[in-house]
Amino acid sequence: MSQPPGRFAQHLAGLPAPAFDGHDDDVTAALARPGLDVLPALLSPAALPRLEELAQRAREVTLQRFGRTVRLFAPLYVSNACLSSCTYCGFSKNLDVARKTLTVEQVVVEAQTLVGRGFKHLLLVAGEHRVEVSADYLVACVEELRSFVPSISVETQTWSDDTYARLVAAGLEGAVHYQETYDRGRYAETHLAGWKRDYDRRLSSTERAAESGVRRLGIGALLGLSADWRADVLAVAEHAVWLQRAYWRTEVTVSLPRIKPSASGFQPLVPVSDAEYVQAMCALRLAAPEAGLVLSTREPAALRDGLARIAVTSMSAGSSTEPGGYLTPGEAQEQFAVSDERSPAEVAAMLEAAGYEPVWKDAFPLVPG
Amino acid sequence: MQDQWSVADLALTSRLLVGTGKFRSHALMRDALVASGAEVVTVALRRVDLDRAGEGDVLDFVPPGMHLLPNTSGAVDADEAVRLARLGRAGTGTSLVKLEVTPDPRTLAPDPIETLRAAERLVAEGFTVLPYCSADPVLCRHLEEAGCATVMPLGAWIGSNRGLRTRDAIEVIVAQAHVPVVVDAGLGVPSDAAEAMEVGADAVLVNTAIAVAGDPVRMAEAFALATRAGRLGHLAGRGAVLETAEASSPLTGFLS
Repeated sequence: MSQPPGRFAQHLAGLPAPAFDGHDDDVTAALARPGLDVLPALLSPAALPRLEELAQRAREVTLQRFGRTVRLFAPLYVSNACLSSCTYCGFSKNLDVARKTLTVEQVVVEAQTLVGRGFKHLLLVAGEHRVEVSADYLVACVEELRSFVPSISVETQTWSDDTYARLVAAGLEGAVHYQETYDRGRYAETHLAGWKRDYDRRLSSTERAAESGVRRLGIGALLGLSADWRADVLAVAEHAVWLQRAYWRTEVTVSLPRIKPSASGFQPLVPVSDAEYVQAMCALRLAAPEAGLVLSTREPAALRDGLARIAVTSMSAGSSTEPGGYLTPGEAQEQFAVSDERSPAEVAAMLEAAGYEPVWKDAFPLVPG
Repeated sequence: MQDQWSVADLALTSRLLVGTGKFRSHALMRDALVASGAEVVTVALRRVDLDRAGEGDVLDFVPPGMHLLPNTSGAVDADEAVRLARLGRAGTGTSLVKLEVTPDPRTLAPDPIETLRAAERLVAEGFTVLPYCSADPVLCRHLEEAGCATVMPLGAWIGSNRGLRTRDAIEVIVAQAHVPVVVDAGLGVPSDAAEAMEVGADAVLVNTAIAVAGDPVRMAEAFALATRAGRLGHLAGRGAVLETAEASSPLTGFLS
């Protein structure tokens, strides 16, 4: 049975349809007083020729709020087993690929490997398989990791309030749920079966997590999935600001992954160019100045290096997107191909050379031992 | 001129306290700390990684001889602050703790209720507690009665560089306090530090304004000079503030 719309879904439904047909004057006005209300102008084609101005303003805002620091984290894929069918994903259940779910002991070993490379912020990632990656399994993972990983987040299927509360009690800091696209029609076309097919369950999951005590909330949109990337960036910005107002104790981070080659063979409906991608990140920074912006190794090194100087506050590095991929790579299907293959130390050195402090540890254990 | 002050039994000469956050590199931070002449440096326990001690952790770049003041930045309630303080004491060996309880990550405004609760528990556990707090005269009295070694009211939102926006409240807090008043947070330029010292604060704590300056080392020195200037100005005692001009050569002088 599908879920009724959550609070943010109702808020989103009440917003006027955006128009991205602003002119240069609108861009000038938006740059003078940036905010959520003028985000359509910043995202409009008319703003693209003004990209350098956008970047300069975004950089100012990022430095003011976050200083010259970038937080480093690593994804730890625990399983690619999946009962959902999503047309763009290499883990989709209908794909005949090598599947693997790590045991809790194997998760600990992978985490120790990542800690050995310097990481203290780990993101446990899994496909949607509530038997292989059950609530009990995830709780056990968090309990085993918390003594040596100060910041643990999960990016998995959505859960009930009770499960989020159990994860928090076990030591969980963050939960990441990308909506992928906020367009209901396109969501239905690309999420064909499984738990994730329910748009409203997906969208309200961040609210349930916040109400259950999760203090870092990750949201995002997969650019290229819908025909109108601008509308998705606008919606994710609305979502971030709404969450910050509704749950004042939480920190909100936003990610804008672009579609990457995967076993799904999916091609983006409308490709998002590098310049448009930078425009989206700058506009998001200006509209939601307090949101952390996350950039993964999906994007190539040069683009990541550039965006670290403009708007990004959190980066992964040296990532593997297959379960067990840090110790025994090549045994299971990866979720997508990474572009930036530099080691964590190389990414940290890049940040230092650019005048930024790579922050390996910015957390403390939320529950004892 | 000897103008010492003290935090509990720690005798200090410099009235500028500094922090370690937001610098673009640890090496630059170290140089700025040295230039500040400060004797006390606060460090966020959430950023300390004892596993990396000796391998580039932030503590490796604190100049020798500076007193470490661990802070509980990131704690959202009294329980977390107390637990962090204990971890800090176990890890660094000092009982000094700068108590920060900030449940709202956007304003980082200190939670007065949880801060007072944590202060009472930490004092009972033998910590020397320096609480970051709202510029609230009554709260500062409570914190003092709870046994805190100082009070540290904010000048403006932390990291905002907005200056001494709470001046009126700071004047009251300074007038009533029996423990040192350290104006913490929001001081953006050296003249802000001078203003806080002129008003009568015992010391100021500055981090962001130094760390994000174009030249943090020079800015650290500027804050040191301004803090000293403000202190001297306070000790010297300013002239009365008048509604109208008072001529230095009175017109009726010929009558006397």
